[in-house]
Amino acid sequence: MGLITPGLGLIFWSALGFLIVLFILTKYAWKPILAALDEREKSIEDALKSAEIARNEMANLKAENEKIIHEAKIERDSMLLAASETAKQMIENAKALAQKEGNIMLENAKAAIETEKQAALEDIKVQVGVLSLAVAEKLLKRNFSSDAAQQQLVEELVKDIKLN
Amino acid sequence: MARKFIRLSILLSVFWLGFSNAALAAGDEEDKTGFILPHVMDNYEWHFATIGHTHITLPLPVIIYSPDQGLEFFISSDFQNHETHKFGKAYGKNGYYIEEDYTLHAEDPSRTFYDFSITKNVAMMFIVIAVILFLMLSAAKHYKSKPGTAPKGIASFVEPIIVFVRDEIALPNIGHKKYLKFTPYLLTLFFFIWIGNLMGLFPEAANFTGNIALTFTLAIFTFIITNINGNKDYWKHVFATPGVPVPLLLIIVPVEIIGLFTKPFALMVRLFVAITAGHIVILSFIALIFVFESFAVGLASTVMVVFINFIELLVATIQAYVFTLFSAMYIGMAVAEHDHH
Repeated sequence: MGLITPGLGLIFWSALGFLIVLFILTKYAWKPILAALDEREKSIEDALKSAEIARNEMANLKAENEKIIHEAKIERDSMLLAASETAKQMIENAKALAQKEGNIMLENAKAAIETEKQAALEDIKVQVGVLSLAVAEKLLKRNFSSDAAQQQLVEELVKDIKLN
Repeated sequence: MARKFIRLSILLSVFWLGFSNAALAAGDEEDKTGFILPHVMDNYEWHFATIGHTHITLPLPVIIYSPDQGLEFFISSDFQNHETHKFGKAYGKNGYYIEEDYTLHAEDPSRTFYDFSITKNVAMMFIVIAVILFLMLSAAKHYKSKPGTAPKGIASFVEPIIVFVRDEIALPNIGHKKYLKFTPYLLTLFFFIWIGNLMGLFPEAANFTGNIALTFTLAIFTFIITNINGNKDYWKHVFATPGVPVPLLLIIVPVEIIGLFTKPFALMVRLFVAITAGHIVILSFIALIFVFESFAVGLASTVMVVFINFIELLVATIQAYVFTLFSAMYIGMAVAEHDHH
């Protein structure tokens, strides 16, 4: 058993020892440990994968939500637009109708006023005629000595006349 | 850090010098460095220290098988002087004796016998095996009792190494189809060498992984596993290298066949040399203290010893990694599926 000549005994024992270690460790350590590591790695990978899927789903959901919100907004806008359009239309219509009614009423009023005016004029004409007759009657009844007396008389008479 | 380092060095040098009287008592120049080789080599007894004339040793079993006398069991102290603990031809028993250079001989040189003694290195190996089994089986317990949870305790210590061997050594060199088949072997190899290297660095520990018999055995395992798993392509590459003209094959084939053996040979020598050299360097620095008998040299030597010890920690890991890596590469070459020829 020199430094560089392998001794038979040590070769025998080390081979035996190594094989025993190899056998025991393979059966009771490496296999369970490697299997556990594999399993853990797989579960981590699965977890990561499912997290990825969940994240994607979340993103999809979010996108969908946004889409829905966007659509809703557009719809709301269009509804608002339509409503304001309708309202405007209605106001327009109402205005037009009111105008028409107003015009008709105005026409009617004008016509009524006209008739009233005609009637009043007729009446005035009659009254003026009556008054003129009364004035003339009084004038004739009086003595027209002077122009001043005549003037005074006319003024008195006019004062007495109560228009309407 | 540096201050601690120097303090530790001074403490150690005082410690070593305390023992130097005992070493000097031994006498002549040769004895001052004589402890180096016996330390890195195998031995029939485990010698811890000599204080004055008292030897602190652990006698180990000597087991011999011979065709004529059968299996025989002794204890190493049967072969030595009880006072001086020296082996020698004078202290033989049952026809065997251990020389002073720690080799076992039969008194009748023509007899054949096989020596299966539990030597210092074998005893060391048993301790290493116990440590490895304890570490790994307690780590495995975690995975059985609490599957799917984060590693704790010993499991958290060995798991990164296991994952490293599997993902960085086995997978890239062997390929994803077959790497799991060889991962247990590579893991065992790595931890066997690594723990062996580290424990060999303890004071009084045996140079177990720096013994050529052990590195030979491990290299042979890699050789066997490589070649029994070699596929058609692998053997075709050896015996009829594709794309090489026939006359050249006469040269290539012998080279390839030699190559089959040089690979494990390189594995064997590399580990043996790296670990043994490290031990010799450390012991040489310690021997300097005894040679010069000076406190200054003692201080410097001890600083160097501490420094080399740190390097050895690194070497222990690197050599375990390299041995495992090359084993994986050789296996990978044997099982690789070529589709380019």
